[in-house]
Amino acid sequence: MTTIQLLKGHPLSSKEHASHALLYMWKIRKFEEAVEDLFGRGMMHGTMHLSIGQEASPTGMCLALDLADQITSTHRGHGHCIAKGADLTRMIAELLGKKIGYCGGRGGSMHIADVETGNLGANGVVGGGIPIAVGAGLASKLQKKGTVAVSFFGDGAMNEGAFHEAANLAAIWKLPVIFFCENNHYGMSSSTEKAFAIEKLADRGLGYGIPGVTVDGNNVVEVYEAAEAAVARARNGEGPTIIEAITYRWKGHSRSDKNLYRTKEEIEEWKHKDPLPRFISIVLEKGLLSQDEIDAVQQQAHDQIVHAVNEAVKAESAEPSGLLDAVFKKVGA
Amino acid sequence: MADTTNRMLTMAEAVREAMTIAMNEREDVFLMGEDVGIYGGAFGVSSEMQNKFGADRIIDTPISELGIVGAAVGAALAGMRPIVEIQFSDFTAQAMDQIANQAAKIHFMLGGALHVPLVLRTPQGSGTGAAAQHSQVLETWFANIPGLKVVVPSNPADAKGLLLSAIDDPNPVIFLEHKLLYKIPGRDAVPEGVERIPLGVSKVLRHGSDLTIVATGIMVNKSYEVAEKLSAEGINITLIDPRTISPLDMDPIHESVQQTGRLLVVQEGPSHGGFINEVIARVSESASFGSLIAPIKRLAGMNIPIPYAPQLERAAVPQIEDIEVAAREIVKNWR
Repeated sequence: MTTIQLLKGHPLSSKEHASHALLYMWKIRKFEEAVEDLFGRGMMHGTMHLSIGQEASPTGMCLALDLADQITSTHRGHGHCIAKGADLTRMIAELLGKKIGYCGGRGGSMHIADVETGNLGANGVVGGGIPIAVGAGLASKLQKKGTVAVSFFGDGAMNEGAFHEAANLAAIWKLPVIFFCENNHYGMSSSTEKAFAIEKLADRGLGYGIPGVTVDGNNVVEVYEAAEAAVARARNGEGPTIIEAITYRWKGHSRSDKNLYRTKEEIEEWKHKDPLPRFISIVLEKGLLSQDEIDAVQQQAHDQIVHAVNEAVKAESAEPSGLLDAVFKKVGA
Repeated sequence: MADTTNRMLTMAEAVREAMTIAMNEREDVFLMGEDVGIYGGAFGVSSEMQNKFGADRIIDTPISELGIVGAAVGAALAGMRPIVEIQFSDFTAQAMDQIANQAAKIHFMLGGALHVPLVLRTPQGSGTGAAAQHSQVLETWFANIPGLKVVVPSNPADAKGLLLSAIDDPNPVIFLEHKLLYKIPGRDAVPEGVERIPLGVSKVLRHGSDLTIVATGIMVNKSYEVAEKLSAEGINITLIDPRTISPLDMDPIHESVQQTGRLLVVQEGPSHGGFINEVIARVSESASFGSLIAPIKRLAGMNIPIPYAPQLERAAVPQIEDIEVAAREIVKNWR
């Protein structure tokens, strides 16, 4: 079962918060590295979209959320899922096509959802989850639940009609929604320079009456502060916010990517803006954690991933029997 | 079922009554769509409902089909039971990602923990002179997507009972109402109370030993007229309305074909890849095939976009005369 151990709050507000933020960023990094390794060893089939280099964005956003708040995610969704509190074993098991995987092997990397942690699902269609988050926000408003719905999406999704229709509905109905754009500069091979005629993607909110803020997406503190403000706005009934988090994916779009559209120098330059050492230097400077404590957090993340991989590898494979019965939920069930 | 009140409602009234019952029964049901509020919907189906339930439960939306359906999917995932009205079924094309890739697949693809109790109601069909982008019958599109239930009511009484079941259903249901049926009373009275008709049960409208007709939507009504007329000539027809084309209940179809040995299938949508071909395939690959004494006959729309001028529009889809000729020929030519 899912072990939900989220600790809400500013990553610099206490030792616990700092170590929590660090742990989640490490978990995401090490999860992605494990996925790449499993893939390289031929243990995982299909494809994978890694978010290495982007760990601060989902972590910072989810530190501002309650367990009951909901998210929708993307094809590059492992980080969102982990940041919202998903169980690592069930995630890896899903990638390996195991019965105990989140989707019982029916969804794979791009379709992990976790009801317990408010994750309404990653999505294989660019922009597909954005109107769904707006619907979750609508339900929250109609049912007076007070929950917030966050849609994570990439820069590419901002040019999909789904974003525009969803943004407008959220704005006119003042829904408790956050449009969280992880601007990693490329929609597959299309750079934002080629795909947009505006500098700041957060400005897209102007046309809908939605405030937009652009933050350093590799700085978990800055992401958290923007997220906290957007969550407060949403809970106060003031409507949606667009957060544009500037970040970068170190790895290719997917396994087929030969990185023909960008230079090695550019990738190296962004590796110097790695969100992990950046946060570590802040907590060291503030004296929140010692180097030993930081190393222990890293080890903890490592151990959790190793445990998850070992458990998932041992787990029973998903079987084709019963697939036909899985298409519909049973009436009355 | 006999009804003492003998209420003859139109399809629009019956659909409205089902929605009203459902909204009175449960707080999580709401209707959302373009002009469904003050305007009462383009075809008046939700007329006066906003007065009764308020603007939070009969929600007017901008012209934004993808956004509306997506928001309904999200609301359904978050515990509501949305009914979405898309003004013309043709416009579902605008929302197809949310219908086909999201709503239909979420339960299966995401491992069964989530489900999408969503009803998408939309008018379809030709006969209004609205031309190619407002006249299609699209039931086949939806029936080809695993994860959607597809309901095509042919009369007000069925529409009411089926819609009540659709709203209760934990899965996405596409509910296709023929716009020519909205304003005409059905043949049968509509029960006043809450009588649900389960999805996935074909209805046998009349029994006859000479020919089996399977028809969908408005073609059921056209076929009924033909069956009544031909019975005076001694041609006895069994008429079957599947009502829900996905899931499809073949049992009464097999049973009837095994008795009559002759099968005519009728749909309004184009023949190429059409739903009725599925009925033919299932008969052909079953023991019923051995009972056939005549080639199976198929009547469907021409493989063209629906044209505008009335004489062209009529020519594009099966008419009563076409069904009559086909039915008579099968029975007369294959004895």
